[in-house]
Amino acid sequence: MNNFRYSRASDIADAIRLLAPDPGAKLIAGGTNLIDLMKENVERPSRLIDISRLPLREIVETPDGGLRIGALVPNSDLAYHPLIEQRYPLLASAILAGASAQLRNMASVGGNLMQRTRCPYFYDTATPCNKRSLGSGCSAIDGLNRNHAILGTSNSCIATNPSDMSVALAALGALVHIAGPNGERTIALTDFHRLPDDKPHLDTNLGSGEIIIAVELPPHSFARNYSYLKIRDRMSYAFALVSVAAALELEGNAISGARVALGGVAHKPWRSLEAEAALRGQAATPDHFGHAADLLLQGASARSHNGFKIELARRAVVRTLMQATNATPQSQAHKKIA
Amino acid sequence: MNGYVGTPTSRVDGRAKVTGAAKYAGEFTADRLVHGFVVEATIPRGRIAQLDTSEALKVAGVLDVLTHANRPSLADKDDAWKDEVAPEGSPFRPLYDDTIKFNGQPIALVVAEEWATAKFAATLVRIDYEQAEFATDLEAERGGASEMDKPHKPRGDAAGALAAAALRHEADYLIPTEHHNPMELYATTTVWEGDGKLTVYDKTQGVQNVQKFLCGVFDKKPEDIRVLSPYVGGAFGSGLRPQYQVVLATLAALALKRSVRVVLTRQQMYGLGYRPMTIERVALGAKSDGTLDAVTHEAIAVTSRYEDFARNDTGWAEQLYSSPNSSFSHKLVHLDVSTPSDMRAPGAASGVCALECAMDELAVALNLDPIELRLKCYSDRDQSENLPYTSKQLRQCYARGAEAFGWGRRDPAPRSMRDGKELVGWGMATGVWEALQMPVAVRIVLTSNGHAEVSCAASDIGTGTYTIVAQVAADALGLPIENISVRLADSTLPQAPVEGGSWMAASSAHAVLGAAEDIRQELARHAQAMPSSPLAGVDAQDIILAEGTIAKAGERGRAISIADAMRYGKLERIEKQKLNEFPEDKSHARNTHSAVFAEVKVDEELGVIRVTRVVSAVAAGRILNTKTGRSQIMGGVVWGIGMALHEETVMDHRFGRIMNANIAEYHIPVNADVHDIDVIFVDEPDTHINKLGVKGLGEIGIVGVPAAIANAVYHATGKRIRRFPITLDKLLG
Ligand SMILES: Cc1cc2nc3c(=O)[nH]c(=O)nc-3n(C[C@H](O)[C@H](O)[C@H](O)COP(=O)(O)OP(=O)(O)OC[C@H]3O[C@@H](n4cnc5c(N)ncnc54)[C@H](O)[C@@H]3O)c2cc1C
Ligand code: SF4
Repeated sequence: MNNFRYSRASDIADAIRLLAPDPGAKLIAGGTNLIDLMKENVERPSRLIDISRLPLREIVETPDGGLRIGALVPNSDLAYHPLIEQRYPLLASAILAGASAQLRNMASVGGNLMQRTRCPYFYDTATPCNKRSLGSGCSAIDGLNRNHAILGTSNSCIATNPSDMSVALAALGALVHIAGPNGERTIALTDFHRLPDDKPHLDTNLGSGEIIIAVELPPHSFARNYSYLKIRDRMSYAFALVSVAAALELEGNAISGARVALGGVAHKPWRSLEAEAALRGQAATPDHFGHAADLLLQGASARSHNGFKIELARRAVVRTLMQATNATPQSQAHKKIA
Repeated sequence: MNGYVGTPTSRVDGRAKVTGAAKYAGEFTADRLVHGFVVEATIPRGRIAQLDTSEALKVAGVLDVLTHANRPSLADKDDAWKDEVAPEGSPFRPLYDDTIKFNGQPIALVVAEEWATAKFAATLVRIDYEQAEFATDLEAERGGASEMDKPHKPRGDAAGALAAAALRHEADYLIPTEHHNPMELYATTTVWEGDGKLTVYDKTQGVQNVQKFLCGVFDKKPEDIRVLSPYVGGAFGSGLRPQYQVVLATLAALALKRSVRVVLTRQQMYGLGYRPMTIERVALGAKSDGTLDAVTHEAIAVTSRYEDFARNDTGWAEQLYSSPNSSFSHKLVHLDVSTPSDMRAPGAASGVCALECAMDELAVALNLDPIELRLKCYSDRDQSENLPYTSKQLRQCYARGAEAFGWGRRDPAPRSMRDGKELVGWGMATGVWEALQMPVAVRIVLTSNGHAEVSCAASDIGTGTYTIVAQVAADALGLPIENISVRLADSTLPQAPVEGGSWMAASSAHAVLGAAEDIRQELARHAQAMPSSPLAGVDAQDIILAEGTIAKAGERGRAISIADAMRYGKLERIEKQKLNEFPEDKSHARNTHSAVFAEVKVDEELGVIRVTRVVSAVAAGRILNTKTGRSQIMGGVVWGIGMALHEETVMDHRFGRIMNANIAEYHIPVNADVHDIDVIFVDEPDTHINKLGVKGLGEIGIVGVPAAIANAVYHATGKRIRRFPITLDKLLG
């Protein structure tokens, strides 16, 4: 851990004012990811700008019937908020699939979107890693890559994004509201995280000096036919090998709308509009879901240890869509996969 | 004697633990206490070419950076560094010289007024290495394995019998490296008492072992160093040997003449000992009637380049099942890693796992029920020494366990049982461990108000030693347990070995009995000497201590209160110290046994495995405390679930570095992975082993569990996974 300065931002403008001129400065919200990385000397911020007391803890309804969630709403509060539980249970479920109760109490929405990969080389400063130190090489490509990406990888990085919440947000078509030196802007969550290409040190498209202020959920909430299924190496408190957020709009057994996003397989939550389009108008059957899964996984490629993920993801997609179809979503409290 | 022994007495230290009153090594404080933070090597082998501490020393609050170049003197003979349980070889010496022997080796200690300052300054220490060629991969280096002295004699002609066997099963089972990950971090607070005298609070399983070790390493007189470890937050074998932080804290205290605390980080603890990765090669040959004709077991395990750590992996196969022909070998591969250490049921957890998986495979090949196969080669005698057991109720374990589990309803065909989307599998395995007893001395001080203080240097590593010592003392002295106070884990107290091997319960209990007997005799003498004593003329052997009195057995009306007798004898206190005595007896084998039954449910499409039921039927002599005993077994079962499905220390052999050195990525079972666990203690009267018939329960709980689960996974899926842990990708492939 290095020495750093600490400032508590008095308001959003103050936070941006402190952040913009100092490339080494970092925002801190719940600290559950940043502090760990600082302890490992992976993050060595010159200054911490504490935003945890900014008034970004509200969940309000938007005029069009959606919800706007402040960037500092704790993950737990979000998951158990009545409006989320009732209208966006997919999001609640995905959040509860992540981390532990203690961590979710501290973790913020903004911090969750910004959490960094769990690639072990990224965490270990004694090994090369392009994401941590651009140009040093990627240790995972020819190393331990059992839990690395199968989609959208590059020759410089094959890391995954570890967030569960983001996968549900991607499926729900969420928007990210950002404030920066040049005012506010909004981008789709699916455009928020990046693929690694040759700039793996950049996880997201957040510009320098910018802050996430809110996440917006569109009105369409898929409250009936949804499921979030997370497959991992133990039944709880582990990062996903593969996770699936699925949401369906059904008329009888016919699909009128479908959303499927994958977690644990790429540098960002993975969606395919083509796969979702292919489901529209089809009957909700394992065969059709399997076909959609193939489209979603098009171009998937494995490294030495993560080949199993391709078939696992395919099967998990089918299972999750069936859970959604039957309106029997995966419970995050039961010690069992439905 | 009856009362507390054998009952589910709650832990006498439970309240102190949950209220925080119990203090652990890193929680003791002292005047002007300073903090040390360890800098570790990031290469597995080589030399420190340059170590530049100048930037670290500039940080305000930093007092010193200790390295091999500036440290105070340390012993230069291996003998001084050999602790009570050191294996053959030349023990590791922290900060001794510039050689790097393993990744994560401590190479400097930054000492500062504040812990955070030390941690920060540690990042400023610059190290240049001269790297050397290294090897850390057991499987790649398997060919270089060297044979240990064979601990077991071969019987008959195993190779010939195998070749001629009607049915043969032979396979390699791979047990990965595993780390103990006790909850409490390794820590030492060395208090500078002036004049070169030190009080050392250390996380250890043996305070006297550490005390002797420190005296040797720092050339101190025994009276100069006192070591205490009143509470230990789990150790599981990792605290049997003195760990390097105790050397560093003490070194710094001597260098600075101040009190120093060193707490390792979770990551740094992966540089300590571990269960060694082992390739277990088992071959079994059977006659067509299902009796065993040949057993061979070869273990190939990792050790460091500087010490030969080897445990009994293969002897269990030799001891347990009758087979006229057998041979065993244990080989070591010396790699650029730290020395492994004991970890819950060392040797047995790994070796019996392989043996019991192999027995299951043989049962399948023979088309026999796995229990039936085991009964066919059941032996009432220890096969290795051809000795009877002091007691062995393993048959009862099979029977009671099978009944509780419902084994009779098992359809033997793989993939034949299901529950919705899940395949259901039932598997079983045998567990075995030894029942050892070691010299332990206990002092009891009885005061005339009817209180007794029982003290001993033994540690309670969480297993419940405080409680059983109090129970046995209360019964033997005829006092309520509230009147007993127990002091443990102080090197100045009566002698005890390290707490390990499941020997402490039997050993300490009998030391208590011995000291209490001396007290009884003295009290009886005083009581009988009293004028018109109701005990006059009673045979001394018929006098007992009960309910605070000295009484005639069977005639409680004839009694004198302890207080009166002591008043008469003009005694404020009676103090007796006694070393336990177990008659030297090589005529019997001493073991605990278990039969473990596991149910798994495996999601057929996704490969997700759940251990939905475990029944562990244990025969371990008399159970001193059925509550802490049950907890021991449950803990062992949970750990067995981890060994079967989760635990693995993953190393990148290109760097010789552990890549999951934290408990987010090193998986152990969480609550959601644990379902029903049923512990059955099978009655096992044992009048031979010792007075109380006690055997010890520390390790037996884990042995057999991984195999029972692996066998259940096979039964569920038809897939044999011989590389542990059994993760879902291995089932999908
Ligand atoms: C042991 C463990 C297990 C975990 N398991 C899971 C899991 O299974 N699934 C899962 O999804 N997550 C998991 N997590 C991660 C957890 O969800 C994140 O650590 C958490 O969401 C981060 O939120 P925070 O507020 O604490 O962020 P911080 O640590 O405060 O910040 C993280 C990053 O976000 C930036 N940041 C924070 N707020 C903003 C903002 N408003 N605008 C711009 N940047 C911002 C910070 O500068 C920093 O770079 C786990 C974490 C741990 C430690
Ligand atoms: S996968 Fe990405 S994060 Fe991991 S080592 Fe390679 S570059 Fe670093």
